[in-house]
Amino acid sequence: MSLEIRNLHARIAANGTEILRGLDLTVEAGKVHAIMGPNGSGKSTLSKVLGGHPDYEVTEGEVLLDGVNILGMEPDVRSRAGLFLAFQYPMEIPGVSNANFLRAALQARLPEGEELEATDYYARLYEKMDMLEMDRKFTARSVNDGFSGGEKKRNEILQMLMLEPRYAILDETDSGLDIDALKIVSHGVNAMRGPERGFLVITHYQRLLDYIVPDVVHVLVGGRIEHTGGKELALELEAKGYDWIKDDIAQAVSA
Amino acid sequence: MNATIEAPIETVSEENDSLMTTGPDFASHPEAFRARQRAAWEKFVSLPMPARTDETWRFADVKSLSIAPYTRAEVVDDGDRAALLKKSIGIVETSGRMVFANDCLLARDIYNDTLRAKGVLWLPMEQAIAEQAELIEKHFMRESGVLGSAKFAALHESQVKAGTFLYVPRGVEIALPVETFHWLSGEGASVFPHTLIIAEENAKVTLVDYFQSAGDDAGFACGVNDIVVGNGARVTYVAVQDWNRKTLAFHLNNTTVARDASALALRLNLGGSRVRDEAVSRLRGPGGRSDMLSVSAAEDDQIFDQRTLQIHEAPNTSSDLLYKNSLNDKARTIFTGLIRVDEGAHKTDAYQKVRNLLLSDEAEANSAPGLEIEADDVRCTHGATSGQVDMEEIFYLQSRGIPLRLAHQLVTFGFLNEVIERLPGEPLQQKLRELLHGKLG
Repeated sequence: MSLEIRNLHARIAANGTEILRGLDLTVEAGKVHAIMGPNGSGKSTLSKVLGGHPDYEVTEGEVLLDGVNILGMEPDVRSRAGLFLAFQYPMEIPGVSNANFLRAALQARLPEGEELEATDYYARLYEKMDMLEMDRKFTARSVNDGFSGGEKKRNEILQMLMLEPRYAILDETDSGLDIDALKIVSHGVNAMRGPERGFLVITHYQRLLDYIVPDVVHVLVGGRIEHTGGKELALELEAKGYDWIKDDIAQAVSA
Repeated sequence: MNATIEAPIETVSEENDSLMTTGPDFASHPEAFRARQRAAWEKFVSLPMPARTDETWRFADVKSLSIAPYTRAEVVDDGDRAALLKKSIGIVETSGRMVFANDCLLARDIYNDTLRAKGVLWLPMEQAIAEQAELIEKHFMRESGVLGSAKFAALHESQVKAGTFLYVPRGVEIALPVETFHWLSGEGASVFPHTLIIAEENAKVTLVDYFQSAGDDAGFACGVNDIVVGNGARVTYVAVQDWNRKTLAFHLNNTTVARDASALALRLNLGGSRVRDEAVSRLRGPGGRSDMLSVSAAEDDQIFDQRTLQIHEAPNTSSDLLYKNSLNDKARTIFTGLIRVDEGAHKTDAYQKVRNLLLSDEAEANSAPGLEIEADDVRCTHGATSGQVDMEEIFYLQSRGIPLRLAHQLVTFGFLNEVIERLPGEPLQQKLRELLHGKLG
């Protein structure tokens, strides 16, 4: 069981700029993979392409979710197939309450004609909110509307906890979080770790990986995975920056 | 049918023929009021039909305004009455309910004792016209149709007998909302519902009107509401317009707000084929406030035509207008609004905002906000925007497993629900949300 990305090439639909240039990566169920990389390396593009954002076109490659290619699927079908994307910048949906939004997302997973059981739903919702130390009033508030950066990220994790995906991609979930919020968010993610579930944690900073300890760390440069190592690689990157990897590539090319 | 229908007045016009032949039902009204109705009828007949060249009918579809196909409605039979009473369901907890079908009272039920408080008058209009001549003379349609529909205001005045009269004396607060249901039934039927709310000093009340059709027949509705808010009083008025898709409707509103009083009115436009709304708020005393809210979900070939006027006559008054429209298919919405600040109305704080959400390339929204200021030291802002659904919001909802069509519905619902959230009271909000879901879903 895995989320397998094979030779993925993708470009910006509007202007044809290629961002991902033959990316290969396999996230096995039960593992946490981290992707680090300098600005502009394609980290956020990867998460959007996996989610099916219409701004990007895949020109080559496959993404197999437990063996099924998801690239031709609509974003909502990918989600229901078990993929979850925690946004770097979660959208605000004015006038739609969090409770209704999550209910609609869960309802969409039920067979036609079956109704979500309201009592069970709220019991589960409150349990997850307590884990993330979120106020009950939050259910009536509009989705992310007027939320602080930390509240938005917490809300992303709440959605993940409620939707129970098989593979979750966390796009710079640590950005905009203070240390307390980071701990709470990490607690939510760690609570979901298990043999059935894989994580791909995209981050610019090593800090997050102190709390969500990865099994594997990849370095993304120029739209490809250029280096893979254990969790110690994150510390090395923190200390040395990314230039040494870029130098390695330059040497490999010139050799 | 009432056997004492008065002979038609002898003014002949092709245009007005149908309503004329059945004639206004004057019999139960006192003579002074009947004289007033006859004069109103003459005014209706003498005034010209609106033309698109009239400033107040800019952008409008004036071709569809002919009332020739409509007649005074028949009394509904017993079987239909029972069915309509059963369908007259509003909020769970209310103070009382009146139900009218084709302008005849079917029920008047009191559910909460505050409606029996000393001095409260909660009457069908017909009874109020007969028994409360002084209050009717003082407050009934003192100024109507100033935004272009004077002809239809006169028609209403000449035909009126149904609706709610609610007088709340000084200091009385009616705890739960009062509801009125108006049903329109039968091919070519017409109704003339009226709502008159008089809140004396520091009184407080909420009234909800539901306008619905019994079936699919084409009909005509011409309603007027007068809301008189005394010093320090608070009135909330909600109109749920859900006539069927073959109904031509006029809804004309007049609100006057006295010192330190506040009025909040919300219209929910769901049904109708062609609907013309006119709303006037007059801020007569310092410290007065008027919130004018509207939610319209237009689809198919519906046309919602809305005209508003915020008049600041006294200093330190505020008004806040927010109209939101969603437009699908070939629907059209029209808005023209004016904030008028009279000389001496200093420290006026007036706001006017119209937002259109275009869900189809073929939908069309015309909005013309306006200002006319004759005082100093005022704060007035106005604006109109039209836009489409934000694709990033749609992607976000889809990424949570919500299908595209439902994602659009949710964003549209949220856009309109932001207005509903300004109503006081969760049960009332919930009721309107259900109705809106019914239309969008």
